[in-house]
Amino acid sequence: MKNIEHVVVRFSGDSGDGMQITGTQFSSTAAQMGNDLATFPDFPAEIRAPQGTVAGISGFQVHIGAIEINTPGDRPDVLVAMNPAALKANLEDIPKGATIILNSDSFNEMGFKKAGYASDPRLDLKDYNVIEAQITSQTKEALKDLELDSKSKSRCKNFYALGMTYFMFSRDLEPTLHWIKDKFIGNELLQKANTMALKAGHNYAETIDASASHVYKVAPATISKGTYRQISGNVALSWGFIYAAQNAGLDLFLGSYPITPASDILHELSKHKRFGVKTFQAEDEIAACCSAIGASYAGALAITTSSGPGIALKSEALNLAIMLELPLVMIDVQRGGPSTGLPTKTEQSDLNMAMYGRNGESPAIVLAAKSPSDCFHMAFEAARLTIEHMTPVILLSDGYIANGATPWKIPDLGKEYPQIKTHLVGDEDLNDGEYLPYKRDAKSLVRKWALPGMEGFTHRLGGLEKEHETGNVSYDAANHELMVNLRAKKVMKVADNIPNQKVEGNKDADLLVVSWGGTYGSVHQAVKEVNTSLSCAHIHMQYLNPMPKNIEKILRSYKKVFVCELNQGQLKAIINSKYSLNAKGYGKVQGKPFMVRELVQVITKEIKSN
Amino acid sequence: MDTDMTEQPKLTKKDFISDQEVKWCPGCGDYAILSSAQMAMAKIGVPPKDVCVISGIGCSSRFPYYVESFGMHSIHGRAPAVATGVKLQNPDLSVWIITGDGDGLSIGGNHLAHILRRNLDVNILLFNNEIYGLTKGQYSPTSHTGTTTKSTPFGSIDRAFTPAKFAMGAGATFFARTIDTDPKHMVEVFQQAAAHKGTSLVEIMQNCIIFNDKVHDEYTNRITRDDHTVRLEAGKPMIFGKDKDRGLIQEGFHFKEVPVEGNEENLFVHDPSDECLSHILTNLDGHNGPIPLGVIRSIETSTYEENFDNQIKEVKQDSGIGKIQDLLYSGNTWEVH
Repeated sequence: MKNIEHVVVRFSGDSGDGMQITGTQFSSTAAQMGNDLATFPDFPAEIRAPQGTVAGISGFQVHIGAIEINTPGDRPDVLVAMNPAALKANLEDIPKGATIILNSDSFNEMGFKKAGYASDPRLDLKDYNVIEAQITSQTKEALKDLELDSKSKSRCKNFYALGMTYFMFSRDLEPTLHWIKDKFIGNELLQKANTMALKAGHNYAETIDASASHVYKVAPATISKGTYRQISGNVALSWGFIYAAQNAGLDLFLGSYPITPASDILHELSKHKRFGVKTFQAEDEIAACCSAIGASYAGALAITTSSGPGIALKSEALNLAIMLELPLVMIDVQRGGPSTGLPTKTEQSDLNMAMYGRNGESPAIVLAAKSPSDCFHMAFEAARLTIEHMTPVILLSDGYIANGATPWKIPDLGKEYPQIKTHLVGDEDLNDGEYLPYKRDAKSLVRKWALPGMEGFTHRLGGLEKEHETGNVSYDAANHELMVNLRAKKVMKVADNIPNQKVEGNKDADLLVVSWGGTYGSVHQAVKEVNTSLSCAHIHMQYLNPMPKNIEKILRSYKKVFVCELNQGQLKAIINSKYSLNAKGYGKVQGKPFMVRELVQVITKEIKSN
Repeated sequence: MDTDMTEQPKLTKKDFISDQEVKWCPGCGDYAILSSAQMAMAKIGVPPKDVCVISGIGCSSRFPYYVESFGMHSIHGRAPAVATGVKLQNPDLSVWIITGDGDGLSIGGNHLAHILRRNLDVNILLFNNEIYGLTKGQYSPTSHTGTTTKSTPFGSIDRAFTPAKFAMGAGATFFARTIDTDPKHMVEVFQQAAAHKGTSLVEIMQNCIIFNDKVHDEYTNRITRDDHTVRLEAGKPMIFGKDKDRGLIQEGFHFKEVPVEGNEENLFVHDPSDECLSHILTNLDGHNGPIPLGVIRSIETSTYEENFDNQIKEVKQDSGIGKIQDLLYSGNTWEVH
């Protein structure tokens, strides 16, 4: 047995092969064995593309370690390929010397043809450590005594493959056996079948690898003390809002319309009626946003969730909320664009839309989450800022962190989170019995929130420009300019209520790497690796509008600023125009996350360039 | 006997008049509708603080500014969606939606269909003047084929929407039609709409004096109106005409006009709860028979917000009120020492 610090495993097969479950099980087991980890599910937009074709391949990559793990890993050390198409879809990502586990049952003429191979691809795998197993037929053989149809038996093959990897990495079978028991509760036959398949795969690997040359051990990681759980970005985000609403003493209302990769937030929040969460699946994106505005007017912490195409549809409604100066959080789980683009792939190309994508002078608070578990924190922040500043917040996530999962140290909510202050009206807001809906706090410029049903506070809001303080319709030239300025200043003042930007890496370096959103793990790891030989500093931005107060000083204190983002340079352009800088950047738009080694390369090159 | 019920001061129309100057064109049908709605609200007796009026965009959508209550002038076509959020968050409010033929049936057709289907307990006043007024005179989805407007100088080629048919198609539980020249009828219909539990859609035939004057003339002028309209009342036979001498009988899936005399026994008796009947009534267009005014359909069923709240209550009852700490620690957790 050999101890290794970390390993990257990718499970790959047909959309119907259960690769997502297999990957999730491998991750949960690793988590429960104390490893640090990060996951990256990668699946096609089609639910069941033709079987055996490259288009239908669904993958799940997991990176586990005895050390700090920041990304799901650049390249797999182990590929599990359930058919030739899975091999074809992944081979270019697999470094020479890596282990490939093949399901040889699907490596036949038919399989080659469907995958688009002219001949047997196994002949070209000399540089890899190939382990072949008749995964389908052996699974069936192991289950031959069960009174189950042949199709159901062969469906258990993913657990056979999982069992093989469990042996190779000395994994504890118990967490998965427990999961199988829970999952198939009431169906003893399927409990038995999956349990037997897992064990059969495990035993088979033990038999063929008795030499132990392929058996590794990944020790528990040393991470800070506490209780941990695994969490994906979309779930963390949902829970963050449940907590924020409770913290603020408000109902949580979600108006949503299904869209990849944001729908899981709707699914998750729909489960939590116990918390009084109100979820409304509207007839379209516009209605989703408008229903949230209505709920906000009536006193809820209202949120609406979507991805790029849906955000475009919501922009008119968002502008209404900006005009009404009501709390509203719009969540954009970004995906590849433009148009329908790459629904299941990740990108950070909606930043410009979040910053500028509305008619008129229309500032919004813009935040971005940096990792799956950070989605909890940023959901809370989005809720806190929208309620405390009475203006909409756009919270950016992306497909990578939304679906990816990491271990999360469960926070001590009472200690780690402040009380959210609502600005509901009180008797003191009636001047001689008159209520002025647009009277503002002198310092923060925030107006008060008066809810329908409150005696003495009847008022009408609308999208037409309103008169300062009274809120009456006004087309007055000077008033319009005053109101535009007030709305802008009000958003700028949010900077007084957000934390300062932290600098990581080597603070005294010449080069500052800038990143934002879901790329934190990759950039952080790359900066760490670069700093073993060269020197660079790093800021990762979560508050994009307004930016933290110290950001300009930080940007100006480095000779070179280098922005890494999954778009063609949107944040780079924003900071260059805002601070008259000459920052350079590295952008990638392939629908894929950054690889650590590509970042190490470009950062190194930038350090060495004049 | 003593009761602790405190007598609420009786509401008057004045309680629902805001301090804002009404800015519709002189002679616009909207004035009468506003006045009738304010009168109806006083009679209904919900205090202004519990009334919420939501509109979209268009001439009629300025309405909320003029009603002393809570309200929102939202965006084009989306009032039903905004109102849905308001009502789900606070089901105790009396929510009114103000829309027009362009706002409700063109840009907002989707939302109107879905609010009707869900049966949220709100009242929708749809001002139908068969024209776009605020954008200064283009044909609307209810304009009749051949309507000459700025955008159709050679006559419109679109087939027109019938709001009543739209409502039936969407599964509306309440549909009524009234007319801006008859305040008394409007007040009655608005009260019936408010009394209905569920989405009440009221089409108001409204005159745009500037861009489509007299579009409803045959139903409003003293000479022709009685021959071209029939006032529906639940449980009463369908009789119309200046001298109340004509009536409607059923013939297959149609209505047939007959003299009342000699047909007293066969005259069709109106039943707003009969879904099939209300479908057939939507075919009467003033030309193939008198156009029906009053409550065409009124069906009792549970409302969206009741079901919405009940589901939350039931889950809380069955599984207990959620605790955030339990949620965070649910499923697999592990300790790092």
